Amino acid sequence: MQIFAYIINKNGKADDTALELALAAKKLNSDAQVTAIVAGSGIDSVCQEVSAAYNEIWKIDNAALAYPDGEIMGKILPKLLPDNAILLLAHEYLAMDMAPGLAVRMNSAFIADVTDIEAVDGNVAKLIRQEFSGMVSTHNTCDMSDGAVITIRPGVFASEETPSVGGSVVDKSGDVDIPDTGRKYLETVEAEVGDVDISNSEVLVSVGRGIEEEDNIEIIQELAEAMGADYSCSRPIVDAKWMEKSRQVGTSGKTVKPKVYMALGISGAFQHLGGIKGAPFMVAINKNPKAPIFQVADIGVEGDILEIIPELTEKVSELKG
Amino acid sequence: MEILVCVKRVPDTSENEIEVNAEGSDIERDDLVYSVNEWDNYAVEEAIQIKDKVGGSVTVMAIGDDESEEVLRREMAMGADKGILLSDDTFEKSDGRGLATILKAAVEKGNYDLILTGAQSDTGAAQTGAMLAAMLDRPFASLVNLIEVIDDSTLKIGREIDGGNQEMHEIKLPCVLSIQTGINEPRYVGIRGIRKVASVEIPTMGASDLGIDTATIGDAGAKTKCIDYFVPEMGEGAEMIEGDTDEIVEKLVEILKSKGGIK
Amino acid sequence: MEHVIIPPATYTILGIPLLILYIIIPIVGVALFTYIIAQRLQPLIKAAPDNRFDQLGLRLFSMIKYAVAQYKQPRYMLAGVLHIVIFAGFCVLSIRSLTLVVVGIKSGYTLPFFDTWIGTIYNVLKDIAATAVLIAVVIAGIRRGIYKPERYKVPEKYGKDHTAEAVFVLAMIGGLMVADMFFEGTDLAAHINRGIDTHYFLFPLTGTWFVTYILTLCSDSTLQFLHVISYTTHEIIFFSFLNFLPLGKHFHVITSMFNVFFMKLNKGSVKPVKWGISDDQLDELESFGVKKFEDFTWKHILDFYSCADCGRCADQCPAYHVGRPLAPRFITIKCRDYCFDKYPLKDESVDRGPLIGNILEEDEIWSCTTCGACEEECPLLIEYIDKIVDLRRGMVDEGMVPQSLQKPLNALGKRGNPYGKTEKKRGDWTKPLIKDEGYECKILSGKKAESAEILFFADSITSYDDRIQEIGQSVFRILKACGADFGILGPAEKDSGHEVRRFGEEMLFQDLKEKNTKAILESGVKSIVTADPHALNALKKDYENLPPVEHVSEYIYRMIQEGHIKFNPLEDQSDIYVYHDPCYLGRHNLIYDPPRMVMDAIPGLKRVEMERSRDRSFCCGGGGLMLFYEPIEETRMGKVRVEMAADAGATVIVTACPFCMVNIEDGIKTSGLEGKVRAIDFAELIDRQIIK
Repeated sequence: MQIFAYIINKNGKADDTALELALAAKKLNSDAQVTAIVAGSGIDSVCQEVSAAYNEIWKIDNAALAYPDGEIMGKILPKLLPDNAILLLAHEYLAMDMAPGLAVRMNSAFIADVTDIEAVDGNVAKLIRQEFSGMVSTHNTCDMSDGAVITIRPGVFASEETPSVGGSVVDKSGDVDIPDTGRKYLETVEAEVGDVDISNSEVLVSVGRGIEEEDNIEIIQELAEAMGADYSCSRPIVDAKWMEKSRQVGTSGKTVKPKVYMALGISGAFQHLGGIKGAPFMVAINKNPKAPIFQVADIGVEGDILEIIPELTEKVSELKG
Repeated sequence: MEILVCVKRVPDTSENEIEVNAEGSDIERDDLVYSVNEWDNYAVEEAIQIKDKVGGSVTVMAIGDDESEEVLRREMAMGADKGILLSDDTFEKSDGRGLATILKAAVEKGNYDLILTGAQSDTGAAQTGAMLAAMLDRPFASLVNLIEVIDDSTLKIGREIDGGNQEMHEIKLPCVLSIQTGINEPRYVGIRGIRKVASVEIPTMGASDLGIDTATIGDAGAKTKCIDYFVPEMGEGAEMIEGDTDEIVEKLVEILKSKGGIK
Repeated sequence: MEHVIIPPATYTILGIPLLILYIIIPIVGVALFTYIIAQRLQPLIKAAPDNRFDQLGLRLFSMIKYAVAQYKQPRYMLAGVLHIVIFAGFCVLSIRSLTLVVVGIKSGYTLPFFDTWIGTIYNVLKDIAATAVLIAVVIAGIRRGIYKPERYKVPEKYGKDHTAEAVFVLAMIGGLMVADMFFEGTDLAAHINRGIDTHYFLFPLTGTWFVTYILTLCSDSTLQFLHVISYTTHEIIFFSFLNFLPLGKHFHVITSMFNVFFMKLNKGSVKPVKWGISDDQLDELESFGVKKFEDFTWKHILDFYSCADCGRCADQCPAYHVGRPLAPRFITIKCRDYCFDKYPLKDESVDRGPLIGNILEEDEIWSCTTCGACEEECPLLIEYIDKIVDLRRGMVDEGMVPQSLQKPLNALGKRGNPYGKTEKKRGDWTKPLIKDEGYECKILSGKKAESAEILFFADSITSYDDRIQEIGQSVFRILKACGADFGILGPAEKDSGHEVRRFGEEMLFQDLKEKNTKAILESGVKSIVTADPHALNALKKDYENLPPVEHVSEYIYRMIQEGHIKFNPLEDQSDIYVYHDPCYLGRHNLIYDPPRMVMDAIPGLKRVEMERSRDRSFCCGGGGLMLFYEPIEETRMGKVRVEMAADAGATVIVTACPFCMVNIEDGIKTSGLEGKVRAIDFAELIDRQIIK
């Protein structure tokens, strides 16, 4: 089987998931030659960077690809890739745009947001994914005889390994025609900058639906103040307009890399956790002992944040005198 | 503008606890309340708002059994003009591609300028809209959180990407868009509204009506299959602190102090 | 009597008798008035029907109590007294006014019997009344024009200030009084100057008395001049005043009697979607609720006419107090002005279209907790709750429901409770009582339904909320201690639908009502007890054909009187208790005393009252769906109420409503009074003290 990995890159750097996809590929087939596909404009440095993890790097360098375009790539790749190829991507915005359609054009199987690869039996892979916002997991088979497009959840194959495969870069730029897709990229509108940039915060007190009401948000702000920390939240809080968007931690919000993270009344959906990098020391308080957050946190408390937090704030204030 | 919105009947997960059933073959569905997939509901509201601005009609379509009619009717009570149910035993156990195949056949029976789907549903696969677009060979955009009609053949759209940023595109009609939550504020649908559409006919189409080759759908045509449901073992997980509120707070303060959480 | 100075009826100027003028003025005045009233009746004819002709005896009694006896006026003492004086004065002076109109045509005219001692006494009363009115309008004018009390203020967004209009009318009334004093006085002075008997008893220190003696200093010709001028002035002011009334807030002078006569008799209930359409005919209606102005009923439009702009409603409104965009007064004033613009007297009609989005805002209407303080206060018995409910019905019909309310409403539709929790667990709040405390609980519905005398209707919050379940458990223990044969409906119980109806989702309410009524009637209970005043109100006023319903406080009070229960003395007697009247127990159901009397029966309990108590109680923030709504406000009602309790010197707040408990406990936290004030539910208190 020929395995390819689509590398997301931005501003001349490869995304963290680049390495993860290589490891995922190894799980599919430990002997496989894995080829990275790097598309963009002025991407030599990216190709160099990922050559450590891949046997071959296909470079597609074209000014029209300066801004990643799922529609364009979705039409280029089926022509570029060999029949029955297996393509891995990270399950994020670009992949959501292009991967399913790509699978249709390649006439191959598609499975999204895989959290583990258990085994491969011939051409059938046994994969794990989640449903219902992570409340349950499922075992799935994927028949890869006609190839497959598989999107991998970012972070599940993260590792401290530093591989040294040292693959060669093949320039495929000339083999590619930029098609007219009927969709034209205009610009990216940046999110409004709030008063605090939580992506630089060292200690974050973060709140989720468990806060129940807007008026209770105060207790979170008070704790943050007492601790000398910043406060943030998960998506539902922003959707309800109880906090500004700039304080949202998550894949559709800000990426944060604090030292200490308090997850208060947050269930731990992967979209939220996806915004937390660098493995901070995490304390989670939630009424539901089965909340996924407890799988990721270091310290957990099964309790009501509305009761615990005001007391915690008091104790912290006392401590500081 | 003729707009089609694909909707799905899903378990309402807000307060329900989703649990795996005893056999591990599915989730426990006995006590569940179903409603329209949240993302799809936003899509229907958006479609109605577009229709109110530029005219045309909104059709809602679902793949399912009789019970899916309830969801179609609710969206019609919201303001959709027509509902179509795609139902056939052979549709069961289709994978994402199979479902898109069925939808494609239904789309080709009509004449739609704009097709909307929700960005994802309970399975979290986020695949249907994109696959449908590829099969129809129409331009596509996912995670759309803004739609502006420029003219008869062009839309300006915004896509939600990381960091809360928004990608702006121009896209040609006919096209397919998958809609992200928060794009609008869906209107309320009360019992009264639903009663008003209670007797409106919802045509049903099966495999033969749509002219689908059953080998390409259902279990037979599925390349990806779900084998079972389970809840993974907790693994190490968090170290849980016990005690009454005072004791918990004491311990937390100690821990936070030692980890540099208190400045 | 002989005419010492020429009366107006015979006076001429350049040979033309003024009589002509005094015939023309009334004719024009009355004709114009008739036209204006006819125009004002137009919208009433186009409006929705209203059922206000029942219980005529009670209506008549109420009209006398509230309109004639001005029963509510003294609730604001100074303004109240001033108004009573002016009103009483008007009543007395009405006879004089009629007489005066004719006097300009036939001099010396008196009404039948008024040429006897009756007339003499009347004249004394008239003079006292006119003096009192004059003093009152002067005080009122100073108060309005110079001191400018808060509740008359008009916030910028509602338009320009109304003080000028108020002072203008006061000036007109003053003018009428003075003109009459001069008219009477000039004649009397002329007599006195000539030493002729007036056959008139001048009551000392009345205005007429003063004016007469000052006028004796004037010459005959001056007196003559003033006599005719003052009469003419009086007539002109009188008919101008008459025609000015329907143009603004003084329309209430004419409409008040009617408005009170047509008052709403069944407090706490909500009007049907449309009078004359029964519940099973509702599906046939094209449109629900008030969307355009004419969707209001004729009585509601009469309400708009009858508003005296006194601001008492807004002054008492808790939503207004905490900075929500709602002031009942301005809903009325805005709708009245809308009506005047759409049905104008002379200009082109201005139709601003649907009310919501033009003169009324969505949040304005969703902000109301239906506490009833406004209706309780209004001296003209203007209604607000029915109008708000009708406007909400209109918005629900159009899908204009805030996102925060859509979730609980959908949950109520699917699960019968706003939390979306499963029906199966509705009776689970009794589990600890059964498992840990060894009680037995009867479930009065379902396959294994048992039977009992009494149904304890828990309703949703008591069934599902962790904290409020404790209240349910306390009631359970109390009923057991009283030896009551009772049970609960358990999974078959649905939300009473009280707020569902008041938030405009009528069909969902009907659905819940149908299901609950069926379950209750099938259970065969003889009576119903509940600890939830909202459920109490729903079962009593919104549901039909149910066994009698009472609140747990009434039940306990009865048990005390019948000697079935006794209390242990309080352990901590240093606490000062205060009772907070829940809106739906107090104002809407007149249950003020039973909870107080029960509390007073606990030995060692010291109780104080808040300034705003009983029918002036301040809403805690609202219940049912209101707990889910996210209002725009500056502070929270619960916090304000807790501060009131602290101000009264209380350390323990006792409430008798689960929603009050939620809001008060929240208020204690947010007001920083934790540790100084705590809250306990009435049932919890009794459960603690009752000797079991």
